Amino acid sequence: MTALPVRPGARMLRQWSGKIGWAVLAWVVAVAFFIPVLWMVITAFKPESAAETWPPKFIFSPTLAEFRLAVTGMGPFLLHSVVATVGSTILVLLLGVPAAYALSVYPVRRWRDGLFFFISTKMLPIVAAIGPLYVIALHTRLLDSIWLLIILYTAMNLPLAVWMIRSFMLEVPQELLEAARLDGAGRFREIGAVILPLISPGLVSTALICVIFAWNELFLAINLTVTNAATLPMFLISSVPQEGLFIAHLCAAATIASVPVIIVGWIAQRSLVRGLSMGAIK
Amino acid sequence: MAAVDSVAAPARTVEVRPRAVSRRERWGRRLPLLPALIYTIVVTQIPFVVTLWYSFQSYFWDQPGGAHFTGLSNYKTVFTNAAFRGALVRSVVMTAAAVIVAMLLGLAFAVLLDRKFFGRGVVRTLIITPFLVMPAAAALVWASPMLDPNFGLLNYLLEPFGVHHVAWLSTHALGSVIVVMIWQWTPFMTLIVLAGLQSQPPDILEAAKVDGAGALATFRELTIPHLRPYIELGILLGSIYLVNTFDAVRLMTNGGPGTATTNLPFFLYQEVNNAFDVGGAAAAGVVTVFLTIIVATFALRLFARVFQFEEASG
Repeated sequence: MTALPVRPGARMLRQWSGKIGWAVLAWVVAVAFFIPVLWMVITAFKPESAAETWPPKFIFSPTLAEFRLAVTGMGPFLLHSVVATVGSTILVLLLGVPAAYALSVYPVRRWRDGLFFFISTKMLPIVAAIGPLYVIALHTRLLDSIWLLIILYTAMNLPLAVWMIRSFMLEVPQELLEAARLDGAGRFREIGAVILPLISPGLVSTALICVIFAWNELFLAINLTVTNAATLPMFLISSVPQEGLFIAHLCAAATIASVPVIIVGWIAQRSLVRGLSMGAIK
Repeated sequence: MAAVDSVAAPARTVEVRPRAVSRRERWGRRLPLLPALIYTIVVTQIPFVVTLWYSFQSYFWDQPGGAHFTGLSNYKTVFTNAAFRGALVRSVVMTAAAVIVAMLLGLAFAVLLDRKFFGRGVVRTLIITPFLVMPAAAALVWASPMLDPNFGLLNYLLEPFGVHHVAWLSTHALGSVIVVMIWQWTPFMTLIVLAGLQSQPPDILEAAKVDGAGALATFRELTIPHLRPYIELGILLGSIYLVNTFDAVRLMTNGGPGTATTNLPFFLYQEVNNAFDVGGAAAAGVVTVFLTIIVATFALRLFARVFQFEEASG
């Protein structure tokens, strides 16, 4: 039996069906992964009576009532979260850019040890020191203050930031730096006029990752703050009542708390990919 | 290294090695590093020194008289404490399971996303979202709307497969917490592996194809070795963050039922907040830190490997 030559139409069909199969598989996986988030948002629009039913309701008349309820009293928590996140991220960049410079462009003699020191601090579990941290905060009058969170979140994010910014700086072409030096540029001008503009996409992704981790942090906040610096994750916990129907209310609060970072992450996802991979490896 | 440098230094004009550099120049180089270095030392190391101090003290929040020296008795308590050992083992199990499964899923998703298909951008967006959701929100949403035995969505979705009103958080507490950890960290692994896949030189893959290598052989022989540093990095960073998992435990199961999901962070949280035992928590913390240092030494060696990769390729 002679092998029939595959007709071009059939080959294209097979290619197409392969492509479609691939796309369908990817879509199924992605939607399955997204369901909990989708369910959170859907439930947030339900009236409380429709949220705890069996079988779960997919058709209902949406209401903003739970959002309105959830927003009341959220103000101070939101403010604390914004201040702690923005404050610590700015501080991380202010400290991290010069440090990364000293570990890459004009390296100190033992830059390798320096870099390892920063990373090694991430390996010490902060939870181990939580009791003494409380005592220190008490004695320095920083307990339940937003400054404490800014200080700790900065320390929490600085190592990864130094690592990432350094790798972006390594990408700056050596010729550009030499040209700047020949023009008589000092260190400050070299950083400000040559390096920073070139690595600004990298700085954005670094800042983004710092924002995600600071915005979402709960352990330090729950242990070291009460009211004056309590952040959004703590508001979420306090919004769960002990009895009665609360699921829609909870989902509304969770949606409001999560949405800022989700939106920022969606918009900047390319830079997020770059930050996590390039920044960490190369 | 040093010998090579001193020989090579005169020949090179760029990248003058610090050995040949004046003292003033050395401080000029060091200066930009100092603020971050000092900041990190003060903020991250002092709490551990204080922890060491309190681990030799008897100090309870709720008792008058403050702290006093008790020698090694806190450590004796820690080592004989079955609850601490249990929490330690659970921490290791939870972290290892979550990191390994998240990495396997991340690999699969990254391979899926590496091809062009309709709506790839949207699919990637959907897949990274769990990483962006606030962990406290994720834990609460999983705890009730998803996993509730009476009205949870998961039971509804699994009903066609013969699952009827399972009370996940009481019967499969540890598994449920691990699932949420995996759900949140798979996107992270996906992104890192995807970056690795996309940094593969296309001409080598093309050459393999021309040589008649099958897709599977190419993946095994070329792609996996290329991805190795990316995979190692993902595992390392994932472990660093996941070993500190607190939100999911506190908000989904509160460490229970019993102590079924009490990991180290939650154990230490309880010691300080419920038992008011600063000294005991400090001793447990010191033991934790020592164990971590042992693990981290191996981890840092991995980082050194990543470094060599960086130098070899860059």
